[in-house]
Amino acid sequence: MPRVDSTRYTFLFAAAVCIACALVVATSAVLLEPRQAANQRFYMYKNVLLAAGLVEPDTDLSDAELREIFRKNIRVRLVDFERGELVPEGKVDVQRFDQRRARDDPATSRPAPPNRAGISRVPHLGLVYLVAPKGEVEQLVLAVEGLGMWGTIYGFVALDKDARTVRGLTYYDQKETPGLGGEIGNPKWQALWRGRKPYDDQWQARITVIKGSAGPAEQDPLRVDGLSGATITSNAVTRLMQFWLGDDGYGRWLRRYREGGLA
Amino acid sequence: MSGSVSVFGADERRTLVAPIVANNPIGVQVLGICSALAVTTRMDKALVMGIGVILVTALANLAVSLVRNHTPGSIRIIVQLSIIASLVIVVDQVLKAYLYELSLELSVYVGLIITNCIVMGRAEGFAMQNPPWLSFVDGIGNGVGYALVLLLVAFARELLGAGRVFGLQLLPLAKDGGWYQPNGLMLLAPSALFIIALLIWLLRTLKPELQERD
Repeated sequence: MPRVDSTRYTFLFAAAVCIACALVVATSAVLLEPRQAANQRFYMYKNVLLAAGLVEPDTDLSDAELREIFRKNIRVRLVDFERGELVPEGKVDVQRFDQRRARDDPATSRPAPPNRAGISRVPHLGLVYLVAPKGEVEQLVLAVEGLGMWGTIYGFVALDKDARTVRGLTYYDQKETPGLGGEIGNPKWQALWRGRKPYDDQWQARITVIKGSAGPAEQDPLRVDGLSGATITSNAVTRLMQFWLGDDGYGRWLRRYREGGLA
Repeated sequence: MSGSVSVFGADERRTLVAPIVANNPIGVQVLGICSALAVTTRMDKALVMGIGVILVTALANLAVSLVRNHTPGSIRIIVQLSIIASLVIVVDQVLKAYLYELSLELSVYVGLIITNCIVMGRAEGFAMQNPPWLSFVDGIGNGVGYALVLLLVAFARELLGAGRVFGLQLLPLAKDGGWYQPNGLMLLAPSALFIIALLIWLLRTLKPELQERD
């Protein structure tokens, strides 16, 4: 054994520490990965159900029960954003499709057109969850995202089968200021969206989170109450909703769907 | 070292208890402030973060102490850092596997345990000079001292900022028909700074020997 302060020993010791640390990290990552992936998927499912109003926000249903509700009610499909049509079933494995990964991979995404939602890349394909408890589609749940104050906001918005009325929404992954912008995660605020109609009569997505209070959904369909003290977050929500409901997001497919259904 | 007869003798007890109040890493040494500001908006977040730090400090101290006599002085800091970083990654992975929704809210702060001065400070300041078991106990003590302050701060912030404790609504909010008007400042980082300052003040008033002479 060489001296503790010799150069050779130092290198050997450093290598040994690296290998030992790498083993610990790799073992934990490999062993826990299946559980983490399942958690992630389950969390998405739960939020799709929340957006669609199929479970209540403070639900105490077990994982298995939620999974069962999802399986019974939801059909997962993919939308080709540019062509505005559904990807035929079976062509891409929707169970394994990861929209965030698709967005980051240059092979499955494109640079986003100029926008104010802070979106730099758009995947070619996006998830749509068809809520069809009895076979017939009753709601469409779309995945939305955009840059908030402190990080990216991820959410789901559920549209009625008419594709022009909001039925519900969730923001399930966001880093907005707790108590201020973070209130976009508050089910009470999210409930204000129910019944709003995000499009104007030219089918432009115009829904806006305003400063102050909007009227009831029937009288004031294009506006939603702002969050006090959270102008940046409110604007971010406006922009990301307009982006994904617009032609660079799900807009083209939604237009086609309104005219011809799922065909 | 005297404690060869019992595994948990006077030395161990002193090492464990001292950092909890008398030599509290946040209150007295003013270390680890960064995360104390970030994860104290709710008690459950503070608790999980506290447990994470306890585990990391204790295990890092143990590992650093085990190899202390074999570690070349020239690379000891980076060796400590590698050990700490590996442990933090493991804690992060375990949280993602078993407490997924909470791990989303803690987000980067679990990873930032790596930069928590307490962990590094104890590894370099204690574990490098002391045997493994005592170092482990020291890690637990300092982790608990940190967690305690975190929980105190989180208690004040969650209660005054949202009227809740561990998510339980104790003060009915005015907007839900109650009487309590929550203080939004409590949910922002600066409030933690004030609360920690008040705690340090309290600690220094109770223990005048902590005050520096002018």
